[in-house]
Amino acid sequence: MKYWQEEETYSLEQKRAVQTERLIKTVNRVYENVPFYHEKMKELGIEPGDIKSIDDLSKLPFTNKQDLRDHYPYGLFAVPMEEVVRIHASSGTTGQPTVVGYTKNDIEMWQNMMARCYTAYGLTKKDIIQVAYGYGLFTGGLGAHYGSEYLGATTVPISGGNTKKQIQLLQEFGSTAIACTPSYALYIGESMKNMGIDPRSTNLRVGIFGAEPWTDEMRETIESTFGIEAMNIYGLSEIMGPGVAFDCQHKHGLHINDDHFVPEIINPDTTELMPNGEEGELVFTCITKEALPLLRYRTHDVTKLYTKPCACGRTLTRMGRITGRSDDMLIIRGVNVFPSQIESIILKVAEAAPHYVLIVDRINNLDTLEVWVEAKEGLFTDAIKSLERVEKHITNELFSLLGLHVRVRLVEPRTIERSEGKAKRIIDKRQK
Amino acid sequence: MIIEQLSVFIENKSGRLYEVMAILGDANINVSALSIADTSDYGIVRLILSDPGEGLKLLKEHDFSVQKTPVICCKVPNTPGGLKKLLTYLTEDNISIEYMYAFSVGDDASIILRTEDCQKAIESLSHHKMELMSASQIYQI
Repeated sequence: MKYWQEEETYSLEQKRAVQTERLIKTVNRVYENVPFYHEKMKELGIEPGDIKSIDDLSKLPFTNKQDLRDHYPYGLFAVPMEEVVRIHASSGTTGQPTVVGYTKNDIEMWQNMMARCYTAYGLTKKDIIQVAYGYGLFTGGLGAHYGSEYLGATTVPISGGNTKKQIQLLQEFGSTAIACTPSYALYIGESMKNMGIDPRSTNLRVGIFGAEPWTDEMRETIESTFGIEAMNIYGLSEIMGPGVAFDCQHKHGLHINDDHFVPEIINPDTTELMPNGEEGELVFTCITKEALPLLRYRTHDVTKLYTKPCACGRTLTRMGRITGRSDDMLIIRGVNVFPSQIESIILKVAEAAPHYVLIVDRINNLDTLEVWVEAKEGLFTDAIKSLERVEKHITNELFSLLGLHVRVRLVEPRTIERSEGKAKRIIDKRQK
Repeated sequence: MIIEQLSVFIENKSGRLYEVMAILGDANINVSALSIADTSDYGIVRLILSDPGEGLKLLKEHDFSVQKTPVICCKVPNTPGGLKKLLTYLTEDNISIEYMYAFSVGDDASIILRTEDCQKAIESLSHHKMELMSASQIYQI
């Protein structure tokens, strides 16, 4: 089977008709059911009736991550809670997560989108898919899991971590595909070599990699390490989770499921639409979701769109690689990290405003995050044990907020570079 | 009998201790005693100076994290068991030591002690007729 659904190859006219019909329905629903959008549209002086086709999309208000936080937890839901069957969440500043919800139909749609991805990767119900994304509030694990079952594949829900077990199952369960972050795949490969196991010796033939930006060089390394096809998957919980966009076997840009999530590219500074084919911030509008149909959600991911149909036959809009962020969010081992989150914890522990810098690197194929904090008054004491306590306190607080082990280092005052009086907060040594 | 010790935060990098010594030496401040507590990334240099006030000011001007810490200095005989006597008294009086360092010159050894409560340690040692040194005495060693 080449495609999962015929919608993937709709003609442009067919697609526009579907998008128009769905957008109008969605706008009417959120205008009626979500006070936030009702107010926003009123502010802009528009009514649902003004949206007559998909071309009117740019008249609609934007949604920011902050709007989700301001309406924490369920304030932007467009259905009563009795319709909501699933909640996911991502970590947020000062411990307040971003909460997303799904109705039964949303879950059905999501697994359909995932099945589209798997099909494009060349997977069928004959495959054994080892899901090594984290299960839980993070969308990665359950998203990949439901899609895999829906495809009819044998699903191995091992979740993330426990590398030895991952390797054992790859060898003994005969997994033909693995879903995880690309950096974790490389880490598994290194671990296999260290254990004297040839990473090419398993039945693995496809990798489903996402949740963090990666390069073509990483793709080549993973493919040659394991002897597999390394396929890219894109998604974000606010829109749905994994499965918003996917590679096909031509690997010429990610195919966006744009009959469900309509993409736009804007200038992040002016919020105006960018001309076709130019790079800017990616924005999505959900036109089929019931529980959380966000309008013009700003992803802050920087990329460009291609509208030309792909050689695979799909007519879905394609997006290029994510080349950066239009905000300061970092992605560390698939976890979204905002410097402000780390700052709030340092402030809490240090009771002052010390200078700090975040050092991001990739060591042995795994992202690492170090926080350097200047040991100034308020933080510095004469006893080693209390300095160690400060380091440990910050490390523990960051672990409970982000689920990441962050190395905290105290450094001398003024060692952190200042530029024009302002400190440079992030040093990202990872290859772009 | 309380002595002002300076504690300076330095990273484990070559040249850092040199810089501290250069600042003090250039200002004609003498170091009477010194100890370093270290971890893998950083250390604390503890100094007894001939002029702690000036030393503090200068090091702060050079952006070092530095603070004054009260310590006491006790003289014990430079013979086997000399330190044991001092520790016996502190243990009996239930005074715990955060850290200490020592140096000996001739017949005497000087023990610099940091305890949670300096005053309590001073009372205990005075009571047991131990010889405590004043700041000016140390600076002259």
